[in-house]
This record gives sequence, C-alpha cells and structure tokens, in this order.
Amino acid sequence: MSTNVIPGNGNNVSKDVKLPIYMDNHATTRPDPRVIEEMMPYFGEKFGNAASRNHEFGWVAEQAVEQARERIAKLIGATSKEIIFTSGATESDNLAIKGVAEMYKEKGNHIITQAIEHKAVLDTCKRLEKYGFRVTYLPVQKDGRIDLDDLKRSMDDKTILVTIMAANNEIGALQPIREIGALCHERGVLFHTDAVQAIGKVPFNVIQDNVDLASITAHKLYGPKGVGALYVRRKNPRVQLVAQIDGGGHERGMRSGTLNVPGIVGLGKACEIATNGMAEEAKKLAALRDRLKDAIMGQLDECYINGSIEHRLPGNLNISFAYVEGESLLMGINDIAVSSGSACTSATLEPSYVLKALGAGDDLAHSSIRFGLGRFNTEAEVDYVAERVVDTVKRLRELSPLYEMAKEGIDLAKVQWAAEPSH
Amino acid sequence: MAYSDKVLDHYTNPRNVGSMDKNSSEVGTGLVGAPECGDVMKLQIKVNPTTNIIEDAKFKTFGCGSAIASSSLATEWVKGKTVDEALGIKNTDIVKELSLPPVKIHCSVLAEDAIRAAIGDWKKKNGVTQPQSQTQAAPVEQRA
Repeated sequence: MSTNVIPGNGNNVSKDVKLPIYMDNHATTRPDPRVIEEMMPYFGEKFGNAASRNHEFGWVAEQAVEQARERIAKLIGATSKEIIFTSGATESDNLAIKGVAEMYKEKGNHIITQAIEHKAVLDTCKRLEKYGFRVTYLPVQKDGRIDLDDLKRSMDDKTILVTIMAANNEIGALQPIREIGALCHERGVLFHTDAVQAIGKVPFNVIQDNVDLASITAHKLYGPKGVGALYVRRKNPRVQLVAQIDGGGHERGMRSGTLNVPGIVGLGKACEIATNGMAEEAKKLAALRDRLKDAIMGQLDECYINGSIEHRLPGNLNISFAYVEGESLLMGINDIAVSSGSACTSATLEPSYVLKALGAGDDLAHSSIRFGLGRFNTEAEVDYVAERVVDTVKRLRELSPLYEMAKEGIDLAKVQWAAEPSH
Repeated sequence: MAYSDKVLDHYTNPRNVGSMDKNSSEVGTGLVGAPECGDVMKLQIKVNPTTNIIEDAKFKTFGCGSAIASSSLATEWVKGKTVDEALGIKNTDIVKELSLPPVKIHCSVLAEDAIRAAIGDWKKKNGVTQPQSQTQAAPVEQRA
C-alpha cells in the first residue's frame, strides 16, 4: 500500500514491525478475527431475516440477534430489552436526541450539550434549533472536561435532555458522566451519552452512571462498520422516543428496518470480548501510550499534550509540536497511520474545533497529531513510531521560519503577520 | 489524498532551505501567511546590484507538504531571473508543475505572494519603484 516511504535518519525497522503501522484507532479499528469468525455463518448458510417469524431461517437469525443483544447489555449493565439496533452511532445519536426532543416537546424545549461533542450530536442539535428548540453548548475547560457548576446553572424547567459524550475522540478526555447523570436524575432531565469511544475501553455502567440513553458503535470496538446500537432505559425512568425511521415497527417501534444480522452478531461478539478483556487491555494500552509519550517528549522540547492527562482514554495521545505543521508531519511519517487537528488535513480547511475549544490557539491546533493506540499495536511499533516522529519533527523545525524566530527570541504572539489577500 | 511525485520530491529534498542576512541591502525578505492559518512562508532573495539578477534564494516554511513544495519550487524558479522577470511567476504555474489539487491551490498563491513580498522588500531597500501591476497604489515617483 505505501509506495512512498520517506526514510528517516535512523531507519532501524525491526523485523517485528510491519509497515504501514495503524495507530488511528479513534477513527476506526480493525475487526478482531474472532469477530469476523463469529459473523461469517450469517453471510452464508444462516442468512435468514431475523423478522421472519415462521421458519427456521428466521428463528436462527433471531436467536443470533438476541444473543448479541445480551452481550451488549452485559457490557454496559443494561437488560437486553433496552438495546435497539441501528446503522451506527451517528444514527443512534440522531435517534436519541431527535426522538427525545419530539417525544417530550410538550414538557420543554431546552437541550444542553457541550462544545467538543462529535458532529453527529452537534449537527443534530443545530437542526433542532432550526425547529425551535433552545440548545445550550457548554464550554469546556482546558482539560477538555465540562464544569459541573456550568451544567447546574444552565438547567431550567424547560430542560428535557442533556447530551454529553463519555469520552472525546480527539483528545480522549473523559467527562464526569456519573456526576452528570446524577444531576440529571435529580432534576428529572434525561441524560444521553455518546459512549462510542468509551465502551469497552473504560468502565461504563448505565445504572451506576445514571445514564438514560447511550450510543454505541461496533467499528470503534474491533467490530464491523455499519452497525451500532442505542441503549434506551426502561426503568426509573422509562424513556420513550419518537422513531426517526418508519416502516414496519421493528425494535419495539423505535427503529424500523431489517436487521443487519451479521453486523449485529459482530457487534455482540466484540462486546463479549471487551467484557472479558477490558481491564487487562486498558492497562496494556495505557502502558504503550505512556511509552510513546515518554519517548517523544523525552527527546523533543516544546511539545504539549492536549486534554486531561488524568481523565483520559488509555490509548489516546494528542500532542502539539510547536512550529511544525501537522500535515507536513504526517507526510514525513507516511508509513504510520495517525491523524492531525491541522486545517490542511480537513476537507473544510478548518482546524480542529475540539482543540480550539480548549483554548489552545489555532497555531497549536495546526501542529497537533492524534495517536490512537489499540488492541493490535505492539511495543516495537511504538518504538518505531516514536523514533520517526522525533526525527521528522526535528527535520521540519529546521525548515520552519517560526522555529527560527522563536530561537532568536522573538515572541511570535506579538508579530504582525502580513495580511494575505488570498485568505 | 495522494501527493504528486514532485511534491514528495520537494518535501523529501527541499531546495535552498536556509536563511540570509536580512539586513544586507542585497537581500529581500518576504514573510507571508500567519500561524493561525497554518501557513507561514519566509522567502529570501539575493540580488546582484548591477544586473538585478536574483543570484540566490532561500526559504523556510511552516505548512503542509504542498506549501513546502510550493516555496521550495519558488526558490528554484527565481534563481537566475531578474527581479522583474521573477514577478512574472504566477501561482497557476506552480499548481501545474506540482499537480496541486484544488484544495491546495492557496499554497501556490502564498508562494507567489512570498516572491512578491521578497522582491518588494528588496526594492524598498534599494529605492526602486513597484511596478503598476502589483497593487492598487498610485504610481510612486521614479527616482534616479
């Protein structure tokens, strides 16, 4: 796949390292072989429609779906009747937020979310604003977490929903879900969380964390793309939703459409693997992440970690390398798959709104790299990546007018940059 | 987005990286872009005072691979040209040479701006008029 490998200064690629290296597990994950194996029969002989009530083909498919429901429920502390299948977390977010808004609009029209949510939540909220709902976007602190007092203050008697993600996909910041949920329950407000990045990585329990709705996707958990779920609480309180997709009333009338049986089986298996292995894996990932962090930050000056160090996903590392632009850094390590908050890497040429919300400053957003370690990364890979990153940053700093100016003692914040007519 | 071979080449083997003494009267320095935009280019030229030919050029860039390649190419192209010939370099030429995709065209524009800024700086230092085609300003009095 990679034909243009840019050689580094120390090209000691050990035999344990197979290129290209994938270290972008917040974007998607490689399906676990055990998951694929579990799915295969449902592409083959067991191809029935789970809604076919009257023959063996249907019953076999239905059974597989129910087993998956159990496995997902077990991972999050729910019951299987509370799991609704969707095409993925974007759909689950839409269903949760729009479904609640429509159902409870007589009760109130105020929704609270926060600035660094995934676009699936933010854009859904924006659409509801067009329909006349009021949305509060809470700011985040420098560590990426909301201030609970801000949340308290912004709730009023028209608030019907709080939607705040459990873990952020860019900086790995873990929100205080348990406290948010407790506050919501106290005030009789429903609490939805986009739990995509948290499920199977950090402890998450809908009862203990006071969660009423939770979005889940398979492809961030070593499962296939195109399938997800929404947890919808049935007790204390019983949550109701207006379905967003009509056509037959599947999934307790909440989401019509023939079920993606193989995908669902894959999601179930991925959850089962996570239930059994999460604690161990989290420890391993945190160790790998810290190994990467220490190697990079030990050899380079002026690197800054974006987001909370303490409340963070074990596999996430997001670093800004001052004076070096993100896309050029990615180009120099093009045998390694990671991502950047730089404007140059986005389709819209906007820098990462998440990093901006942290107050980092656009220049550091442009200089950021997100590493997402996962189940299949190894120590050898981490060592190789660290070396390549350090070499490339050093090389690019030699090319950087900003680094030169900083070394001369110029305060870049005080420079009058030339107005470019082109921008 | 796959990079063109030429962009990769300039990135891996950038031409003319470095700095010149910006206090020298023979040197023109252009600094364009802004860190908040993710693109800053510094392009310097050394001009022979008798022939007005650009004898040397250096650059440093904070920006993506296409920005680095555009400015590296710019230093290659200005060398050996007179100052006025160098003003004829258009960003579209850079786009063509590097096969830049639409989303990266602004990198070539910034490189063109950098060339003009460097030449403008040199001209200012040496009391030479800016040509009319540059910007909107009224013609400056020609000095002997």
